Amino acid sequence: MKIILNGQTKECEDSISLKNIVDQFCKEARLVIAEVNGTIIKSRQWNEKILSPGDVVELVNFVGGG
Amino acid sequence: MPISVAAIEDAPLMIAGRAFKNRFFLGTGKFKNKSDLAQSLEASGSELVTVALRRIDLERHQENILEHIPKDTTLMVNTSGARNAEEAVRIARLARESGYGNWIKVEVINDTKYLLPDNHETISATTILAKEGFVVLPYMYPDLTTARELVKAGAATVMPLGSLIGSNQGLKTKEFIKILIDEIDLPIVVDAGLGSPSQAAEAMEMGSDAVLANTAIATAGHPAALAKAFSLAVAAGRLAYLGKAPRQKDFADPSSPLTGFLFDPLDPPIPSNPGRESGDLEKGGSTPPFRFVPRNRKAISGI
Repeated sequence: MKIILNGQTKECEDSISLKNIVDQFCKEARLVIAEVNGTIIKSRQWNEKILSPGDVVELVNFVGGG
Repeated sequence: MPISVAAIEDAPLMIAGRAFKNRFFLGTGKFKNKSDLAQSLEASGSELVTVALRRIDLERHQENILEHIPKDTTLMVNTSGARNAEEAVRIARLARESGYGNWIKVEVINDTKYLLPDNHETISATTILAKEGFVVLPYMYPDLTTARELVKAGAATVMPLGSLIGSNQGLKTKEFIKILIDEIDLPIVVDAGLGSPSQAAEAMEMGSDAVLANTAIATAGHPAALAKAFSLAVAAGRLAYLGKAPRQKDFADPSSPLTGFLFDPLDPPIPSNPGRESGDLEKGGSTPPFRFVPRNRKAISGI
């Protein structure tokens, strides 16, 4: 299935969990905040959050800023 | 940077119940590398630093900026990138989810050329976030009406811009910031546009409560040196403010007494070249001898 991850279309397994997506794409980022379809998903809920085709996932972290 | 001289002891700056001894706040953007950032943070002694929230780059390795920020530092997440109140609120909520506190610099900008803040949307975002329990430090164009609305909205400070973001132009809005200092009963933190330590000192001398800078330090040849210089300048400016530095005057005021010595200020001025005739030099004449101008009786009696 396809999802929109950080603005990019990504092919992934059906019924993949948000946890698997974070593990797959954010190996080095230690602090990740996730949002699916505009709703914040707490990290403790990532395993249970199963993605659907077309879901819009945003993964963000802290960067330098003024 | 604690300030202590005889008879003057500064109280820490209180924001939302937290005490800051150092009134210089540092932004963490634009540093060439993490080593420059870490050294600048240490050199500045800043107790409050800003960070931003961005999409994770899926293709490239990204360092975790939080590793370089001392644990006892207050972290303030800015809402840069937000073009309206709704986006600012969304960023703030995401930031809180990180577990790194709830201090937010509300920054709403929908102008890409001048990066001027949208005061109206800033008030809206501040209202929502303050109700949700965030500590909100709104970045704003220095306007008294807006500042009053921000107070009502529950802001923790007001952060007027000195000049355009990253411009190093200094205190272009000085007169309007002064009005906020006089009229607003919240800490005034001058943010944006300060390009040199002297400009930071100027902001503090006039009574600002703190200064936030980023570009001037991050883009300097030696960032840590500038970080330290800004911190010292902010402390110096604060001390000058506490010491009630005298106001600027339109005319001279001698620092040494003018009476009671060689002449009285009421005497007619002494010609700069007494006795010289026009064309003396051309005739090969030397400088005329110095003529002693006697003090008058009034001056003598005053000694």
